[in-house]
Amino acid sequence: MNAPVSGLARTPMVALVGNPNAGKTSLFNALTGSRQKVGNYPGVTVERKAGRLALPDGRVCDLIDLPGTYSLDPRSPDEAVTRDAIFGRIAGERPLDAIVAVIDATNLRNHLRFVLELKALDLPLVVALNMVDLAARDGIVVDAARLADLLGLPVVETVAVRKRGLDALGAALAARIGNAAPALPEDRPSDVRALQKQARALAATVETSSGAARRWSQRIDAVALHPVIGPLLLATILFFMFQAVFSWAETPKSWLEAGIAVLQAALTAALPEGVLLSLLNDGVLAGVGAVVVFLPQILILFAFIIALEQSGYMTRAAFLMDRLMARVGLNGRAFIPLLSSFACAIPGIMATRTIDSPRDRLTTILIAPLMTCSARLPVYAVVIGAFIPTRNVGPFGLQGLVLFALYIAGIVGALVAAFALRRTVTKGAAPPFLMEMPKYQWPAPRDLGLGLYGRATAFLTRAGTIILASTIVLWGLASWPQPPENAVKPGIEYSLAGRIGAALEPIFAPIGFNKEIAIALVPGMAAREVAVSALGTVYALQGVDEENAGSLIDQLRSAWPLPTALAFLAWFVFAPQCISTLAITRRETASWRWPIFMFTYLFAAAYIAAGLTFHIASALIPAS
Amino acid sequence: MTVSAPHRPIDALAIGEVALIAAIDRAGLAPDTAQRLCELGFDEGVDVEILHRAPFGGDPIAVRVGNMVVALRRDMARLIEVEA
Repeated sequence: MNAPVSGLARTPMVALVGNPNAGKTSLFNALTGSRQKVGNYPGVTVERKAGRLALPDGRVCDLIDLPGTYSLDPRSPDEAVTRDAIFGRIAGERPLDAIVAVIDATNLRNHLRFVLELKALDLPLVVALNMVDLAARDGIVVDAARLADLLGLPVVETVAVRKRGLDALGAALAARIGNAAPALPEDRPSDVRALQKQARALAATVETSSGAARRWSQRIDAVALHPVIGPLLLATILFFMFQAVFSWAETPKSWLEAGIAVLQAALTAALPEGVLLSLLNDGVLAGVGAVVVFLPQILILFAFIIALEQSGYMTRAAFLMDRLMARVGLNGRAFIPLLSSFACAIPGIMATRTIDSPRDRLTTILIAPLMTCSARLPVYAVVIGAFIPTRNVGPFGLQGLVLFALYIAGIVGALVAAFALRRTVTKGAAPPFLMEMPKYQWPAPRDLGLGLYGRATAFLTRAGTIILASTIVLWGLASWPQPPENAVKPGIEYSLAGRIGAALEPIFAPIGFNKEIAIALVPGMAAREVAVSALGTVYALQGVDEENAGSLIDQLRSAWPLPTALAFLAWFVFAPQCISTLAITRRETASWRWPIFMFTYLFAAAYIAAGLTFHIASALIPAS
Repeated sequence: MTVSAPHRPIDALAIGEVALIAAIDRAGLAPDTAQRLCELGFDEGVDVEILHRAPFGGDPIAVRVGNMVVALRRDMARLIEVEA
């Protein structure tokens, strides 16, 4: 080499490529740590994860983690991203300087076939022979040197979750990355069956001991997929998850609430009575605070979802659920995005990219908002806290049971909706169901931590932007115009928000909603949890004249009759209001038709459900 | 006149019984699906075994093919034949 390495102006671009379940994301996390940026590819909602990697020769390269795929012949939108990135077809993305092909040492035959396909591209290629520890556990020994010889490629043994082999991988990469960018690869069709045969022969040669692959996974599956125990286990896991979301979060949540109260008291002491104090205390702290206190619950929920995904159990859940999903015209694969939608419909809708049938995918997108997302938790938690007594039914708390029932209502609603949609707007033949079931693995703490960190950041960013902004706007609307001198009614009745609420009231009165709810639903369009912060703001401003207003829970308890509270819960099972969900649906379906359709059908369902709940509850519960 | 084929569908295997794939009716599958089946390791001469049948009617099934476990429905499994 003539030019000194330090004189290189260009930052090389390296991509991690591999089959799903090769441990690619773990390797990416191990290589880049927390210095990674998560974004989106232009035009699609496929997550783009990028980070920096320092090579042992002093150079730095950009590392991207491409979606897992079985071949360069894509079957779904996220697989298409991998193909396009490799062929340099993504606008704004630099062509690749090198590829790290991540392969699972316990599943050489299939993963080597993809390596052979990648090798034909003539790009600098390094093979990361990952999970050699799990292979050893199963008694599989791979001769990595022999494999490197036969492939004519550098092969580095790695254990991503233990950070083993990373330096060697960096050195192998540094040796392969030249100063000039390699030519863009040619897109030639490959003969999968021929490559598959070649890979099988190759695997048989380099596996010096084939061991008893997947012994552990098969033992676990004997229980997890057992015809009787399996479904019970799944129900237990889901039930435990929702109970945990409520009970484990109690303590950290009370700390956050106490912290907010301390801030409010400090502001009251430090600032003169007036507009600024009202803005900060009644607007910002009451509104944003009402949402931020749910961070612990959301993190617990995401922790479960991420752990279930990483452990490999999620695909077992899909397997168990396939029959039920088939009844409503979907397949088990749709269960995974739907379960993610319990955390948030946005990652859920994004996860539908792995569904290859467009009709199935559309149906799943349309019902995803019916899965009770974490943004509904604040709403449910406040209303349940106010109206459902804290007694026990058997070993379970009544509040937890009501929450569980709300989740079930969402699931049943989704199944009914899917059934109806598959017979009308998304009519068509049922697509095939083909799904790899990876071996079980302990979720790696680093991967879990990085996943949660990303979710927490996204949640707090939302709280700091969209929720903060809508809270301030609502505070303004609820504070002006000021009531006249001789006002007899609460101040908010004279404000713009009060007038909007009064105008909307006739629409919502038949389903038992009062004016305050109508007001709160307007900013609640931005995001569901804003409805809580809006109620917080509305009741905080109303309470100005009264002697010290209590918490939102106490205020709701005195302001709402029980049927209204129940109708409000029923509304939120279906509630269409979430701008982000509608926006992501617009992007994923590339038309306004589907988000508009989604909004309309959800609104109608929410209205009917709330109305029925209100009238049935009113008839059953004697007015006190 | 019917000729009894020396093959039987994978679906007819008992749980735990290992057999070699004899033929795959690729014409009965959409081209995309046939290719994905191949990418997942289904090919003539590969050893397969049914590991699990799902509750509620035994559909789908979990099939070990090589070192991979793949879930598929029985209507597709009927297109994959193993040596009798």
